[in-house]
Amino acid sequence: MSEEKKIIICRCNDVTLEEIEALIDQGITDIETIKRLLRIGMGPCQGRTCLPMVISIIARKTGKSPDEIKLPATRIPVRPVPAGVLVGEIDEE
Amino acid sequence: MKNRAEVIVIGGGSTGTSIAYHLAKLGVDVVLVEKGYLGSGSTFRCATGIRQQFTDEANIKLMRYNVERWKKLSEELEYDVNFKQTGYLFLATTEEEVEAFKENIKLHNKFGVPTRLITPEEAKEIVPPLNADEFLAGQWNPTDGKANPFKTVFAFARKAKELGAEIYEYTEITGIIVENKEIKGVKTNRGTIKADVVVNAANAWAPILNEMAGLDREFIPIKPFKHQLVKTEPLKEGQIEPLVCPPAWNDSYVLQDGEDGGVLCGTGLEYGPTYDMTPTYEFLREVLKWATRIIPALKYAHIIRQWAGFYAKTPDSNPAIGKINYIDGFYIAAGFSGHGFMMAPGVGEAMAELIVKGKSHVPLDWEWYDPHRFERGELRSTAFQIG
Repeated sequence: MSEEKKIIICRCNDVTLEEIEALIDQGITDIETIKRLLRIGMGPCQGRTCLPMVISIIARKTGKSPDEIKLPATRIPVRPVPAGVLVGEIDEE
Repeated sequence: MKNRAEVIVIGGGSTGTSIAYHLAKLGVDVVLVEKGYLGSGSTFRCATGIRQQFTDEANIKLMRYNVERWKKLSEELEYDVNFKQTGYLFLATTEEEVEAFKENIKLHNKFGVPTRLITPEEAKEIVPPLNADEFLAGQWNPTDGKANPFKTVFAFARKAKELGAEIYEYTEITGIIVENKEIKGVKTNRGTIKADVVVNAANAWAPILNEMAGLDREFIPIKPFKHQLVKTEPLKEGQIEPLVCPPAWNDSYVLQDGEDGGVLCGTGLEYGPTYDMTPTYEFLREVLKWATRIIPALKYAHIIRQWAGFYAKTPDSNPAIGKINYIDGFYIAAGFSGHGFMMAPGVGEAMAELIVKGKSHVPLDWEWYDPHRFERGELRSTAFQIG
């Protein structure tokens, strides 16, 4: 069980299943708040990896349907881009 | 939802949650109403900076007090808000700016803020990847800093609730009830709450609420201007810890986020007045042009996020804080013009004391921030902007 709790849900910011479940157990079930307290979905993957899993964890723990949980805003750029490419100083590999 | 409280605070950003916390601490039965989730308006979009380096007595004194509050805030709220005194470093590109820096430093020192003039070499020691050759001198205060806006709002709200406050998120004000020039309560999309005191802490949205109370929307002319930030991937900490800003370069600035080391990059390019929050490509190009000039190595860092938020600006870029004399029981703390987060602990405390005791021990110059100054045509010297 303790091994299971160490499962990494957000690879960008090293957030574990245990940390997410602990917040939900404290009554924090809004994905917007979970995102900001644990920095889920704010790393280089922009939430592509973790957010679907976070939604399913919230749904399972709260009894909500995953459809009821609104995805947080998607930020641009869609994929990470070196700053130098955007100012025209370096070419994208 | 409760249908009666002593005080209703409208707006769940850093200002509103701080006011609610300080009221609850004074034993007041307080309800806070927020139309989105806590922090969703402007606080969670801010650049995280906390500085005392203003160019007028009122703002310097208020921020000096605030830094003392910030230093103890995690302990007081029993939650780590990640306040760090990593400093603010302004950089001069001309001799005229160096002279202006010297004047600023005199003013800061007069009020106990230990700002000093430093050489480009010293600046490079503080910020190793800095393009120091471009600058003549720095205006450096190591006691300025940064904190985590998410955790701060969460901590204020959590403690306020522990002390008995009720907080209603996703609850929108649809009307403010005023009878015979006295506040009687508010109407929301979830029902009516009665109270004799209402605090407008809605910042960019404050004029809409003033209008609901029957006041002219232009009486306190707060206008939303769209500002933006971009952030890089997480980088090794300790490289750009202070907020670094050459004001002559369109007020551009960079600083590492205290949480993950990603670099936040901002610039003076603004749009508005507008309630639109769509990020722009023009901004992305503009901000990175300056950021890569301040820190050339940033050109190799990946940009991972860009977002927008509002500077809720008044004509003199100073907030409106105090009592609205036309309606008994109506107070405002709004129009922070980009400085709401850094001022939140002290402003919340001052407002709570004003409401309960009619005065406050916080060194907040009520006359300077008087919400009625605009209709009298009295403007303050413009507060120096930037993070």
